Amino acid sequence: MAEDKLFEKKISRRQMLKLTGAGAAGAAIGVSGLGGLLNVFGMTAEDDNPESKNKVNFYGTHQSGIITPVQTHIYFASLEVLVKSQAELKELLQQWTPMAVRLMNGEPIGEVSSNGFIPAKDTGEAGGLDASGLTLTFGVGPSLFDKNELGLSSKRPAELKDLPHFPKDQLDPAYTGGDIAIQACAEDPQVAFHAVRNLIRAASGKVRLKWSQAGFNSFPEKNKKRETPRNLFAFKDGTSGPDAASKKAMNDVVWVDKGWLAGGSYMAVRRIQMHLETWDRTALSEQEATFGRHRETGAPLSLKNELDEVPLDQKDASGEPVIPVDSHVRLAKEAKAQIHRRSFSYSSGTMDATGAYDAGLLFISYQKDPQQFIAIQKSFGRADKLNEYITHRGSALFACFPGVQKGSYIGESLFKTL
Amino acid sequence: MKSHALLTSMLATGLILSGCGADKTATEKESAEAVAPTDLQQETDAYKEFAKEQMDQFVVETEKFVNAVKEGKIDEAKAIYPLARMYFERSEPIAESFGDLDPRIDARLADLEDEGQGEEQWSGYHKIEYGLWVDKTTEGYEDVADQLLKDAKELRARVETVEVGTDLMITGAVDLLNEVSTSKITGEEEIFSHTDLYDFKANVEGAEKIFSIFEPVIKQKDATLSTDLTKKFGTLNTLLAKHEDGNGGYISYEELTKEDTKELADAVNQLGEPLSMMGIVME
Repeated sequence: MAEDKLFEKKISRRQMLKLTGAGAAGAAIGVSGLGGLLNVFGMTAEDDNPESKNKVNFYGTHQSGIITPVQTHIYFASLEVLVKSQAELKELLQQWTPMAVRLMNGEPIGEVSSNGFIPAKDTGEAGGLDASGLTLTFGVGPSLFDKNELGLSSKRPAELKDLPHFPKDQLDPAYTGGDIAIQACAEDPQVAFHAVRNLIRAASGKVRLKWSQAGFNSFPEKNKKRETPRNLFAFKDGTSGPDAASKKAMNDVVWVDKGWLAGGSYMAVRRIQMHLETWDRTALSEQEATFGRHRETGAPLSLKNELDEVPLDQKDASGEPVIPVDSHVRLAKEAKAQIHRRSFSYSSGTMDATGAYDAGLLFISYQKDPQQFIAIQKSFGRADKLNEYITHRGSALFACFPGVQKGSYIGESLFKTL
Repeated sequence: MKSHALLTSMLATGLILSGCGADKTATEKESAEAVAPTDLQQETDAYKEFAKEQMDQFVVETEKFVNAVKEGKIDEAKAIYPLARMYFERSEPIAESFGDLDPRIDARLADLEDEGQGEEQWSGYHKIEYGLWVDKTTEGYEDVADQLLKDAKELRARVETVEVGTDLMITGAVDLLNEVSTSKITGEEEIFSHTDLYDFKANVEGAEKIFSIFEPVIKQKDATLSTDLTKKFGTLNTLLAKHEDGNGGYISYEELTKEDTKELADAVNQLGEPLSMMGIVME
C-alpha cells in the first residue's frame, strides 16, 4: 500500500507516457515487472541516503531522536487529528513516512514542478542546508484512543493516560495534550522547523497544529567534547541519567518491551516556565541550595566534580544534611526511578498578565513506563525548593512508536491485529 | 485500492505504447500539450462575464447607498453597506488589477497610514463606514459619496479592458482566500461596522465561482482534487451558515468567539491548500 501511494504521488500519467516513450525503459518494464519498473525510474521506497551530510538514519529498531545525543534545537509540535477513520489515520502515517526519510536526508519533500501555476511541494526554507542531524520522532497521545471513530480504544496501553495533577501545576490548555506529537530536533533551528511545517502542510485537513514550542540547548566544549548544557537558571541540566550508549540501561529505562509499543517509548513533555526575574535576585548560595549543586561546576554541594556521587547521607558540622532535604537533586534521587532526559530551554516572549519573561524549560523525558516520570515528579511534590521559581504550564504524554523498518511505515504496529 | 487500479492502467498504457511501436502518438500528444496547454478561452470568457455582472450590480447598489447617504438616511445606508460591498469583494481579483481605483474605493485608514498618508487622502466605502458607525452622521460625507459612485462607474467601465487570463483566475482564487485569512478573519476589514462576515462570504463565493468554472477541467485532470475542493467549500459554507442572522445577513464580527474564528480560519486554510493546486488546469 505504502508503495502504491508513493508511486501515485510521484509520477503523473503524462510523465509516465514520456518516460515509457523512451523505449528502452519500456522494454525494461516487460522483463522486470513492477519492482523493476520502480527501480528503472528510481521510484523505490525512499531510503536513508548514506551520502547525506550530518545525517541520522530514519530506519532502525527504534525511532531516532530518543537516544540520539540531544541536539541544539527542537521544534516540538502537538497535533490534533481531524481524520475520521482508522484507514485515513493509517494513510496519513504512510504519507508521512517517505517524507520523513527525505527530510532526514536533508532533501526537500518533493521536487519543484515545471508548472509555475501551482505552489512548490516543499516550502523551501531548508534549501542549501544539510540534514543537520535532524531527527523526527512520532508519538500518539491518550486522546487519540478516545476517538470512537478511529476504533483504537482496544489498542490503548494501560499506561497511556494523561499525567496526574502535580502540586503547583498551572496547566494552560493551550500547551496541554495532543493526539499526535512530532518531535523535530536538529543542529539547525530552521531545519527542525521546516520539517514540522512540511509534514503538517502535506497533511492539511488531516491534522491541525494544537500547540508547538521551539527550544534550544547550548553546549560548552572541552577537548572537542560537548559538556552538559546549562538551563536558563545557569545550572547544568541532565548531569545524571542512564547511559544512553548502554543497551542494557536503555532496555531497563527507555524501551517498552510489550505489545504494539515494543521498541517504542513513552515521552513526557512539560512546558515549565522559569521565573527568571525572581531567580536572578536570589542569592547564589540560596540558588545552589535549591538545586543541591554548585552553579559553576555542577558538582554536588561540598564536592568538586560534576559527576561526583551525590552525598545524600553526609551531614555538615551542625548535623544538617549537606544536600538540603528540599533540594531538587535530593528529591530526584530519592524517587529511586530513572528517566532519560532530553530537554531544551525556550524563550517565547512575555506573559500576558505580568509582562514577565515567558521562558523556561521544555522538559522532555523518555521512559518505558510513565510511572518512572510520575514517581520523580511526585517526589518533588510540594517539598521541592525549586517550586518557588518555576510553574508547570504545559503537559503531555505520548507513546512513541517503535522504529520503522524499510518497506514499513511509521506506527505500523498500532494497526496490526495482535 | 483505487491507486492500485491507476497503477495498473498506467502500466498497461506504457506497455502498449512502447510494445506496439506507438511511441509517435505519445510524442505528438506531448508536444501538442507543450505548445498549447489546454484551451481555456471558454473559462476565461465565463469569468469575465461573471465579473461584469458583479460590477453592474456593484454600481446599482452603490448608487442606492450613495443616495441614502446624501439623503441623510443613516439606517438605510447602513443596511445597504455590507450588501453592496459583496459585489465588489466577489470580484476583487479584477478590481485589484486597477492599482489606483481599488484603494479609492476600498482603502482602510490603516492602509493609508501604513503608506504615510493621512485622513485627507482617505476616500471610499470605509470612510463612509466611519461616518455611519462612529460619527453617526452622513453630514460632510456627501462629496465622498459622489466620488465613490464616480469611481464605481469608472471601475465598471474599465473592467471591459481587463485582459482576463487563466493566471488571473488561478492566483485570484487563492488571493481571495488569503484576503479572508489575513483581514476578514481578524475583523480588520470592517473595524467600525463589524460586517466582516459579509466580505468573508463574498470572497469565498468569488473563489468558488472560479472553481466552478474550472471544475470540469479539474475533474478531468485530477478527480480527487475536484471532489476534495467541493467538500472543503461545503464545509466552509456550512460553518459560515452557522453565523447567519436569520434575516439574510450575518451576525456582527464582535459576536464571534475565539473558537468561532479559529474554526473558520481552519476551514479556510484547509480549503486553501487544495485550492492552490487548481493550477494543474494549465498542464
